Amino acid sequence: MNVDKKTLERMIEGDLKWDELKPIISGRKDQNRFDKIMEILQEKVKWNERILLPLHEHLYIVAKEGERIVKCDCGHEFGDYNVNWKTKCRVRVRDTIEAIDELYPKFMGSDPEWEELREYYCPGCLTLLDVEAAPPGYPTIFNFLPDIDAFYENWLGRSPPDKK
Amino acid sequence: MSRKTIGWNGKTVKEMLEESEKLIEEKKSYHGIQNLSLKEEDPFRYERAYASLRGALVSARETALHVAASPIVTEIGELCFALYTPEGDSIAVSTGILVHVHTMSEGIKFMIREGYEEDPTINQGDIFLNNDPQCGNVHTTDVQTLIPIFWEDELIGWAGGVTHQIDIGGITPGHTLVSSIQRFDDGAYYTCRKIGSNDKIWRDHMIGAKKSVRSPMYWELDEKCRLAGNLMIRDAVYDFIKREGIEYYKQFMREAIEEGRRIVQERVKERLIPGRYRASSFMDLPMKDQAWVPIAREDKISNHPIEVIVKEDGSFSLSFDGASAGGANAFNCDKGAMEGGQWVLLTQILIYGDKVNDGAYFAVEKDYPLGTWANPGDPYLSYQAPWGNLIPAYTTMMKCISYGLFSRGFREEVVPGYGFTGDSIQGGGVFSAGPLLGERWMLSTFEISGQGLGASAVRDGLNWGYAMWNPEADLGDVETWELFQGGIPYLSRKVKPNTPGHGKFRGGANYGSVAFIANSEKVEFFAGREGLVFHGSGGMHGGYPNATSYRLSGTNTNLEEIFRNKQDYPIDDADPSNGQFERFLKGDIKRLPIGTIYPIALENYDIIHFAESGGPGYGDPLERRVDSIKRDLDDGLYTSDIVNKVYGVVATYDDKSEEWLIDEEATKKRQEDIRNERKDKSMTFEEYWEYERKKLTEGKLYEAVSKMYSESLKLSSKWGKEFREFWKFPEDFQMEVK
Ligand SMILES: [Zn+2]
Repeated sequence: MNVDKKTLERMIEGDLKWDELKPIISGRKDQNRFDKIMEILQEKVKWNERILLPLHEHLYIVAKEGERIVKCDCGHEFGDYNVNWKTKCRVRVRDTIEAIDELYPKFMGSDPEWEELREYYCPGCLTLLDVEAAPPGYPTIFNFLPDIDAFYENWLGRSPPDKK
Repeated sequence: MSRKTIGWNGKTVKEMLEESEKLIEEKKSYHGIQNLSLKEEDPFRYERAYASLRGALVSARETALHVAASPIVTEIGELCFALYTPEGDSIAVSTGILVHVHTMSEGIKFMIREGYEEDPTINQGDIFLNNDPQCGNVHTTDVQTLIPIFWEDELIGWAGGVTHQIDIGGITPGHTLVSSIQRFDDGAYYTCRKIGSNDKIWRDHMIGAKKSVRSPMYWELDEKCRLAGNLMIRDAVYDFIKREGIEYYKQFMREAIEEGRRIVQERVKERLIPGRYRASSFMDLPMKDQAWVPIAREDKISNHPIEVIVKEDGSFSLSFDGASAGGANAFNCDKGAMEGGQWVLLTQILIYGDKVNDGAYFAVEKDYPLGTWANPGDPYLSYQAPWGNLIPAYTTMMKCISYGLFSRGFREEVVPGYGFTGDSIQGGGVFSAGPLLGERWMLSTFEISGQGLGASAVRDGLNWGYAMWNPEADLGDVETWELFQGGIPYLSRKVKPNTPGHGKFRGGANYGSVAFIANSEKVEFFAGREGLVFHGSGGMHGGYPNATSYRLSGTNTNLEEIFRNKQDYPIDDADPSNGQFERFLKGDIKRLPIGTIYPIALENYDIIHFAESGGPGYGDPLERRVDSIKRDLDDGLYTSDIVNKVYGVVATYDDKSEEWLIDEEATKKRQEDIRNERKDKSMTFEEYWEYERKKLTEGKLYEAVSKMYSESLKLSSKWGKEFREFWKFPEDFQMEVK
């Protein structure tokens, strides 16, 4: 099915009711979805760099002065997308019972000796960008490293927007 | 003495299998097929042919489950049928538990590789039974019946059916046993055994089999159900051949599998982004103070790191490199379990459609490293409850695929995970009164079929309605369960607050139940679920994991007196720090922070609480709409103290209008405070790195955690190398275990 731009904008905002969303989930996917979403997101962000790939609810890989960097919608820049953006965040570790019990009722959170919570915030806007539940000492997880050139060149059959 | 071969053109089936494996290796396509010629020449005939086989499988399933089957099969549809090539590759699969896309396949290949053609021989009308996890099964509780299908003198395929048993005669009653630590505890083992001929199950087998389980009647019903379905499939294959011709059938089945392989690649290119995806989940096994056998007395945390590489051609690989070791516990997984857990999810989140078969299996490369829980390499370990690792471990795959779906613009398909299908009570007892006096009852509530699903990037998660291992999740009728597990009637079932993972979109919510023991003796009760760690790989993009499980029971209670005097009894545990059990009951009230417990003995009027799982959340909770939070409060999904602390929403309950009222000014202020607190209580990444690294070097880690690192470092060079590099440890760094 072909989902129009207006509906997609409302979907991104979380405004679609179930009877509007259900056909989008269960129907055939629109083949130009990526381009439509990119157009919406580029209009939505307050800065001018060209988006190469949406990475996260708030983060984008953008082209800037010949580089490909991760940028928050607040404008904060995290640097090279090949480096895990989490390593540029502010971090709060919840590794005590008191800190975990702030979020979960007694008995319904982890035992901090076994597992803690790490909250990764954007240094610019303090939005909570990721929560890792991991044993103490577990390395920060690099969740997604896209192959941007292969995606544009081989899957979409065109050059990436920054290589025209 | 040589016997006439049963393969095609004078070959043995073993030769056919070897040839097929060589072709896929060399030509990178199923049987080296380059063109889907049947589909290209006459697409209508091809599609009709596929639909007729698929329809026959669905109809065999629907009919068989009503002909004869145990309640676990009839009530929630825990069965699945499939049609295979002579070499054991699935051509089409019925609806149902799609865990089994590639399980029975390994069973058939095992028989071929072991030379079953020569001994015990494979003939028209033979019946084989398999439930061995070393031969493509998930755990002994899933029982498979396989029959060969011949056309004239040639083997042209196999029909297979699988059902999940309520009991398999293991160390304790139940279907997913947590106290099993070695093969000999897992219950009855049938390693691809011939159990019948001329379409009839041998009597000696049935006599023995019924003595090997605690629920003989259900066993017999389910054996008949699987055989009946298989015979219907065989009939459908003969109808197909009469209609289309044997040559068409032979060519068709191979092209259908090659098409299945291509569908995966096309779907991946349509939905994802090429690249590297990673996530990790963990599972706790708190057995130090519980296990009966000395070697099993250890606390363990399992590491489930996944790496998914989506390649340029649309195929992908999946690796559990870095996973921790298997061991003396029930959560070990062999290949059948790993494939089962994987396919039941891939067919839900990516490759849904009617053309699911072993072509999909061939499109995905995998690495289950030897020695890890994902491939322990020791047949004498227990494989009874592989779900203990599979259920959390495969949330990682779901999360990885969700990152791709998100970037590609399919935000409606994003799901970071699901609740753990494990909290329901298991065990059993014997009736000590009533019309069934002296009869055994088994506890296998499939209420676990209704867990909370994770939030998507555009909506909240589904409440109480999802099971990762059954796409048609149905928790059945509580009245039916009550009837079959007669010794443990319910006192209540209601929404349990604060189970969903927090987020802009919250995870699915769930409920809790209270039940007591009645008219019974020799009752044992156990359960398996996460408790000391959060389930799976948690939330996504700022969402939190859902709440963990815990155990609550009351023994030596005055419940009988309470009933007699018509006083209040506990109906929930909404607030575990101020519970109804403590307020209403006299007796020994026991709360444990763990979810997995060894069997405990219970007596009449003992009482237990158990709660199903919520789902993980998506996005920063401060971005959740205030009107959605009001609805959560009105529906009892969250309590006001949690909403205040996590979402910064200040609300008071209005007795008159019987609803929650939001104080918008106070909410604004509270959310501002939380944002400031984020700044005050956080550190720069460099500071965090120093802080966290000390935990590894100061020798204060809990022994289960240091053991986890020690195992992963020893078992993997790749994961180990990255671990050492991340923390700037020397190349030969090993973790010492206290
Ligand atoms: Zn920001």
